[in-house]
Amino acid sequence: MTRYRCEVCGYVYDETAGEPREGFPAGTPWDSVPDEWACPDCGVREKVDFLPADD
Amino acid sequence: MTATLSGRVARTAERPDWRDGKRYLWLIGAVVPMFMFAGWGLVNLTGLGVFWWIGPIFIYLLIPLLDLLIGADPTNPPEDVVAWLEQDRYYRWVTYAFLPLQYVAIFTGFWLMTRNGGLAVIDRLGITFTLGTLNGIAINTAHELGHKKEHLERWFAKIALAPSAYGHFFIEHNRGHHVRVATPGDPASSRLGESFWAFLPRTVVGSLRNGWSLERTRLRRMGKRTASPRNDILNAWAMTVVLWAVLLMLFGIGIAPYLVVQAVFAFCLLEAVNYLEHYGLVRQLLPNGRWERVNPRHSWNNNNVTTNLFLYHLQRHSDHHANPTRRYQALRHFEESPQLPSGYATMIVLSYVPPLWRRVMDKRVLAHYGGDITLANIQPAKREKVLAKYGRASGSDNLAA
Repeated sequence: MTRYRCEVCGYVYDETAGEPREGFPAGTPWDSVPDEWACPDCGVREKVDFLPADD
Repeated sequence: MTATLSGRVARTAERPDWRDGKRYLWLIGAVVPMFMFAGWGLVNLTGLGVFWWIGPIFIYLLIPLLDLLIGADPTNPPEDVVAWLEQDRYYRWVTYAFLPLQYVAIFTGFWLMTRNGGLAVIDRLGITFTLGTLNGIAINTAHELGHKKEHLERWFAKIALAPSAYGHFFIEHNRGHHVRVATPGDPASSRLGESFWAFLPRTVVGSLRNGWSLERTRLRRMGKRTASPRNDILNAWAMTVVLWAVLLMLFGIGIAPYLVVQAVFAFCLLEAVNYLEHYGLVRQLLPNGRWERVNPRHSWNNNNVTTNLFLYHLQRHSDHHANPTRRYQALRHFEESPQLPSGYATMIVLSYVPPLWRRVMDKRVLAHYGGDITLANIQPAKREKVLAKYGRASGSDNLAA
């Protein structure tokens, strides 16, 4: 399971936890998140701008 | 160890030598709802009903005057104290303090309006517009709160929006406007040649429609119906229904028109601010079909201290769009960001008079784009007229077509 980070605000999408509030239940792979989905915290970056979070 | 005002303890090691000159001045923002009481006091003192209008007097006359007298402050906190400044909870308590005062002022306003058989219509209207001003400024408080990651602050944002029935704002603003800002498709980014009066219906209707569609999409992904209690627009509006019902029960059905008028005035104030924040500015469309990233050149800014204190640094708008979750006390001035000739309050007045607005602003948009007006966000219906006036520069003509 991988995590992806919004470089603007630090929001992290964690595949294990998903983002149920956004309609992505726990375990939803990053590939299933639509490309145009914007960061739910800042709205500045879209999915394609997220970077893998290593920590 | 050093105790901050909030009672939290900040480690001395993190606390910089630098002092925030605006620290206690931010309390001024929380005083805004007190204008209802100041108006009441002044009416009693002078016998002049004009002071029921203290809200409009305040934003249209007093703040522009104070901006003129006190002037600008472009200084930024040093980069290395920003993290410390953001975590200091004192600053968020200042925004929370606004909410109880806002509600006390609203109930007091309608009580004053209706007690002892009620005031004359002209005085009722004064209170209505003063409450509208206050609830319009409350949309700015909601804006500061609604951008934060913490659930409690987002919930507070809805409370601040309930009196103006603008609960959909914090959805559309955060998830719509911030994604599409300074693109022709954003209802809340005004275009060169578009008057405030043409922009107003476009932004009110477009933002509502867009916010609703964002919530519908989110709820569909969750497998829920749009008309669900989880719909953040519906549950924000439910707060309005409850608040308005309580006010009507307490003060009678007679206040209904005033309730509606103050809400309309409140959101029209907000939309005037929306109008001036991105006028004519547009992001470039990249070859891959995406818009260039939002940068400091895509928002109008101003450093006038008075307006900045009343609007929680909203006028440092470029940094806000670059870092929407950044707290107000840490927002910075950027040299490369376009500057308005005066504070937002003054510019609101200007926006009501389109010929005046165009005279002041259109040349600034032109200068911002180095004389190539085709790089601006131009109102499609006015495109030929604008190009005829400012010329087709040698640059590309691929935008806002």
